[in-house]
Amino acid sequence: MSGTHASSRVSHPPASDFNSGLRASVPVMIAVFPFSILYGALAAQNGLSVVDATLMSALIFGGASQMVGIDLFGHKIAPWLIVLSIFAVNFRHVLYSATFGRRIRHWSGPRKALGFFFLTDVHFAESERRAQSGKQVGFAWYFGLSLGIYVPWVVASGAGAFFSSLLGNTHELGLDFLLPIYFLGLVMEFHKRPLFLPVVAVSAAASVLALWTVGSPWHVSIGALAGILLAAAIPPKKHGLESPVGGDVP
Amino acid sequence: MSTTWWIILAGAVVTYLTRIGGHLVLSRFERVHPRVEAALDAVPAAVLTTLVAPAAVSAEPAELGALVVAGLVALRFDMLPMFLAGAAALGLLRWVGL
Repeated sequence: MSGTHASSRVSHPPASDFNSGLRASVPVMIAVFPFSILYGALAAQNGLSVVDATLMSALIFGGASQMVGIDLFGHKIAPWLIVLSIFAVNFRHVLYSATFGRRIRHWSGPRKALGFFFLTDVHFAESERRAQSGKQVGFAWYFGLSLGIYVPWVVASGAGAFFSSLLGNTHELGLDFLLPIYFLGLVMEFHKRPLFLPVVAVSAAASVLALWTVGSPWHVSIGALAGILLAAAIPPKKHGLESPVGGDVP
Repeated sequence: MSTTWWIILAGAVVTYLTRIGGHLVLSRFERVHPRVEAALDAVPAAVLTTLVAPAAVSAEPAELGALVVAGLVALRFDMLPMFLAGAAALGLLRWVGL
C-alpha cells in the first residue's frame, strides 16, 4: 500500500510524533475509505443493523475478516463457524505481532496492550518502514497513525450501512459480486510471496471440490488447509523469504 | 444479547488474540521451523482463495470477465485501482449483456 514518505527528521516531542503518525495515516485512509463504505453497505444488505455494522468495525477493526463475516452472515451459517472464519482470515497477524512486539519493547504494558489492538497489515507495514528508516516506533507516532485510520474506518462503516439501508435492495445487482472481486484483490496482494501459485492453485481446487462434495461452509477450512499443508510439505529451499515478516522471525 | 452481537464479540476476541498472540507465543521461540514459517506464510492466500474460487466456478460470463480483469490489474497496481477496474468491468460486461 502506498504511503507518504514522512518528511520529519528524527523528532522526539510526542506532539510532533503524533502529528507525523497522523500524516502517515492520510494516504492509507484515502485508499481504505471506499472499502469501509462498501463494508457498511454490504453489511446492511446481509441483514446487519447500522449499530451492528458499526460495532463490528469498532471491535474487530479488520476489513478482510469483517467482509468474510458478513458474507457468511448472509448464508445463515453456524455462529462458531463464522467466528472461526474471522479467526482464520486474521491469523496472519500472528506473524506481524511477533515482529512488532520487538519494535515496542520500550512501551509500558497497557500501551502495548492497546497497540496490539490496532495492529493491522497497514500498521505493521508502516511501523516496519519507520523502523527501517532508523526512527523509533514510539507510542505517540503509532497512536496518531492508528487514530487516523480507526476513526474514519468506524464512521464510514456506519455511514455505508446507514445509506445502504435507506436505499434498500435496489442496487443489489451491482453489489453482489463485488465481494469476490475484493477477495481476489486481497489474494493478489500476496502474489510475491514464495509458493503463491501452488498454494492458490491447490486451495482453489480443494475448496471447489469440497464445496461440491462436503458442502458449504466446509470448503473454506478444507481448501485453506490443503494450501497450508502444501506449503509445509514443500521442502524449504530459500532462506531469504520475500514476505515482510517471513525473513526475520528468528 | 442477540446472536449477531455474540458473533461480533467473539470475532473481536479471537482477532485480538491473533494480534497479541504472536508476541506472546512466537517470540518465546529462538527459531521458528522453516516448515512452520512456510505454512504460516501461506495462511492468508490459502484462506482468501477459498472465498474466490467457488464464486469464480459458478460465475456468469460477466462476473468471470470482471475477475480476470481485476486479477490482471492486480499484478501491476494496488488494491484500489484493481477493485475499481474489476467493478467497472463488471458493470460494463453486464451492461453489454454478457
